[in-house]
Amino acid sequence: MSLTAADVAEIMRLLEQSSFDELTLEMEGIKLSLRRGAAAERSESASAAAPSAGAAPAAAVAPKANAAATAAAAAPVTAPPADPNLKDVVAPLLGTFYRSPKPGAPPFVEVGATVEEDTVVAIIEVMKLMNTVRAGVRGKVAEILPTDGALVEFGETLLRVRK
Amino acid sequence: MAIRRILIANRGEIAARIIRTCRKLGIETVLTTSEADRDSVPARLADRAICIGPARPGESYLKVETIVHAALGTKSDAIHPGYGFLSERAPLARLCETEGIVFIGPTAAQIEAVGDKLRARAEAEAADVPVVPGGAVASKAEALTLGDKIGAPLLVKAVGGGGGRGMKLVQQIEELPAAMELASAEAGAAFGDARVYLERFVASGRHVEVQVLGDGTGHVIHLGERDCSVQRRYQKLIEETPAPDLTDELRTALHAAAVRFAQRLSYRGAGTVEFLVDRARGAFYFLEMNARIQVEHPVTEAVTGVDLIAEQIAVAEGSGLRLAQSDIRPRGHAIECRVNAEDPDHDFRPSPGKVLEAAWPAGEGIRVDTHIASGSRVPPFYDSLMAKIIAHADDRTAALARLQQALAATRITGVVTNLSFHTRILSEPRFRAGGVDTGFLAELARHG
Repeated sequence: MSLTAADVAEIMRLLEQSSFDELTLEMEGIKLSLRRGAAAERSESASAAAPSAGAAPAAAVAPKANAAATAAAAAPVTAPPADPNLKDVVAPLLGTFYRSPKPGAPPFVEVGATVEEDTVVAIIEVMKLMNTVRAGVRGKVAEILPTDGALVEFGETLLRVRK
Repeated sequence: MAIRRILIANRGEIAARIIRTCRKLGIETVLTTSEADRDSVPARLADRAICIGPARPGESYLKVETIVHAALGTKSDAIHPGYGFLSERAPLARLCETEGIVFIGPTAAQIEAVGDKLRARAEAEAADVPVVPGGAVASKAEALTLGDKIGAPLLVKAVGGGGGRGMKLVQQIEELPAAMELASAEAGAAFGDARVYLERFVASGRHVEVQVLGDGTGHVIHLGERDCSVQRRYQKLIEETPAPDLTDELRTALHAAAVRFAQRLSYRGAGTVEFLVDRARGAFYFLEMNARIQVEHPVTEAVTGVDLIAEQIAVAEGSGLRLAQSDIRPRGHAIECRVNAEDPDHDFRPSPGKVLEAAWPAGEGIRVDTHIASGSRVPPFYDSLMAKIIAHADDRTAALARLQQALAATRITGVVTNLSFHTRILSEPRFRAGGVDTGFLAELARHG
């Protein structure tokens, strides 16, 4: 599966018509990041990498480099903030969102906390299997969206981090 | 228990189909989607759609734990698996059983029983349902005795063989001893195993299947048969009911055999027992049972007036069979064409992409089950089925005419479809005569 120029154009058009400002699409060997902006800027911010195993993805607006990147690779469900300094941390899988390691324990992070890429920010439980979610970005936690114990979808925004 | 909310663990036209019945019954629907299907027609139709993972089925539609977690998290009472994906995977049915979620389908044990070919064959024999006659033979004398019983033509197959290797076709019984010797020697040399077995050779077979409904305690009814002989590489393209050109005796025997098989398993829910009808001998043999709703179920619904999805839900709820065999009174003839996004001019290669315009037919006796509207996408990750067009009329000739009109009124642009191929088949004299065998499409491709 590869993206053609026509596919990219089509995806851009869909984004333009949608209520979202940003879109990140990751498939086998391909990463495409699009962000709404000025017309001239938009045409420059779209790029598609040809599928090639192990090759670094070409120009992506949202940089995700480390192992925790999978946590932040999906297209956000909720509308991301307009502020370019705010980064979304999205759910890497569907499950139950937990803010702390166990009931009664203090949360992994609070609003205002400083996080590194590998800071654990939440747990997503799937049939009693706990999956840790890392920030994948450095900065200060600006917002925590789901309530503790809520069902979150794949790609749903969990936290917003100010760079 | 009363089912108030159903999680549909599927996509495409069958998801839309299930939602339609749920709406009619006042049952809420939660649809699990992959990232590629977030904006699909079924996602819009469902009361709630939740994204469970990336486009690739292995990371979304095939994840048993994720789907059960989604059902628990959305407080769904039941899961409808549709067809394909997890519908015949025992682990989903089993996890539902342990988590207290109603699985709309058979028990995990029944899925396992019919999923294993050898076990299914043994169950068929135990239920006095005919299987393709055959058996192992150790000597020429044994071969002749069994060969006489099976009758020519027959195949000599190597026990250790496969893919046609070590197979000999015997047209006359007199040729059997020599063929067996040769096959055995070849098998010994090729596979280090000289054992061979005999099997009846069906030169011309039809695929005829019987729809059954069971309550899980041994009560089973049938809803008639479907002829699905128009196949391309084992993929059904056109299905119809009743099967044309069968004797009443054979038809009745097929129905009874399917019911016996399902009764033996105390089968629960909707299922289909598939048979190979041997045209030369006027006999039939058990092939397998599909423990789920079938793609082609609408032709049965058209002639019986029964909503099979509603009956599946009723059985799952514990309401048992709401219909007696005497309530099933098929009327007329129904034919279905599967409209796929594939290119008949280029070896039926898939043609995914964006559908610019989709205009489906409508009218008396016409039903269209689809998930495609103008602007919809056919993602490359899944099967290419776009729609099923079903025509129902008083008899086969009228149903064919109706279907031809419906196909002519269908307009799809943006992706290539097999509509032109369907039009060609429907005007083909052998198909119009009725009762073609499973080799019909291959022959059509070879000789036109």
